[in-house]
Amino acid sequence: MSTLHTVNKSPFATQALVSCLNHAKAGDAVLMIEDGVYGGLGGTGLTEIIEEFGNNVSLYVLSPDLAARGFDADRLIDGIEGVDYDGFVALVAKHDRTQAWL
Amino acid sequence: MKIGVLVSEGPYTHQAADSAYKFVTAALAAGHEVPRVFFYHDGVNVATRLSVPPQDERHIQRNWTALAKDHGVDLVVCIAAAQRRGMLDENEATRQGKDANNLAEGFRISGLGQLIEMGIQTDRLVTFGD
Amino acid sequence: MSDVKKFLYLNRRAPYGTIYALESLEVVLIGAAFEQDVSLAFVDDGVFQLTNGQNTDGIGVKNFSPTFRALGDYDVQKLFVERESLEERGLSEDDLMEIVYEDEDDDWAEKPAIHVISRAEMADVMADADVVLSF
Repeated sequence: MSTLHTVNKSPFATQALVSCLNHAKAGDAVLMIEDGVYGGLGGTGLTEIIEEFGNNVSLYVLSPDLAARGFDADRLIDGIEGVDYDGFVALVAKHDRTQAWL
Repeated sequence: MKIGVLVSEGPYTHQAADSAYKFVTAALAAGHEVPRVFFYHDGVNVATRLSVPPQDERHIQRNWTALAKDHGVDLVVCIAAAQRRGMLDENEATRQGKDANNLAEGFRISGLGQLIEMGIQTDRLVTFGD
Repeated sequence: MSDVKKFLYLNRRAPYGTIYALESLEVVLIGAAFEQDVSLAFVDDGVFQLTNGQNTDGIGVKNFSPTFRALGDYDVQKLFVERESLEERGLSEDDLMEIVYEDEDDDWAEKPAIHVISRAEMADVMADADVVLSF
C-alpha cells in the first residue's frame, strides 16, 4: 500500500512540502503541481533537504506547470521526474490513495 | 478505475479548477471513469453561469459544462457552501425568495453527503484546492 | 453500502482566518451519518482549531469550537493531534479543549477522543486511510 501525495504550494511560502515529506513513507510518491513545482528546482535553499527525502520517496513535478513558470526539466533536482497530466493520472492509479497537502 | 474529484477553490483566482479540469480530461482519455466532481468551499463559484471572462481567456464554467454533457460527469455543488456564497438553482432561489438564480447547465446543487458517497463509491479521490 | 471505508479528515489550517476549518467540520458532521470509520487528523496549523477558550465576540464570526465537543454524539471518536505540531507552536495538550465520547462497549464510560501522537504515528494514521479529505 502506498500513497500519492500532491503539493500545490511553493515551499518558500508554506510548510506544505516539508510537512508532506515529513509524513511520506518509503515507497510513496510526491507530485508537485501548480506553485508546488518550485519545490523541484535545483540550487535553492531547500534543494539539499528535498534531495535527502528523495532517497525514500519518488518525487515528481507536473511538467506543464513547470513550463508555465518558465523552467525546463533540466532545472530540476537530479532524480525528480517531470510528468504530464497523463502521468499524473497514472500515478493516481498506481498508488492506493491520493493525499493533498493544501 | 473510478476516480472522484474534489474542487475546493474558486475559478480564476486560483489554478485549482483549471488543474482539476485538465486532470479529469486526461483521466477520461486514459479510460478511467470519473463519475462525479464535487465542488466545495469557493469551488462552488465555478458553477455560475453569469461569468463573462474576456473572449481570449478560457471559459472555466463552460469547459466543465461540456464535460458533463460529453462524458456524463456528475457535477455536484455543495448546497451549504453554495448558499453562503450566493449560488442558487431555480428551485432554491424560489424557496429562499430570491429574484434570480445562477447555476449553470450540467451542475446540480446537493448535500455534502454526495461527497462522502463519492469517497465510498470511487477507488481514488483527488483533491484540488488552495 | 456493506463495506466500511476508513475516512481521514486532514486538518492543517487554523480557524477563522479562512473558512476551511469550519467547512471541514460540516463534512465530518454530515459524513457521520454514513457509518464509515472516521478519524480526524490535526497537523501543522490545524492544531490551532482545538485550542481552549476561543472567543469570537469581537470578530463577528460564529465560534464553532463547541461543535468539536459534540462530535462524540456523532460517533466520531478519534481525533489525532500531532505532538510535534503542538510543540512547534508552543502548545501542549493542556491548551486544547477536552473532547470526550461515551464508549458503548465499555458501559458508556466517558473517554478522551483526543489522542496526541508523534509525527511518525501520524504518518501511520495517514497510511492506514482509504480516503483522505484535506482541508
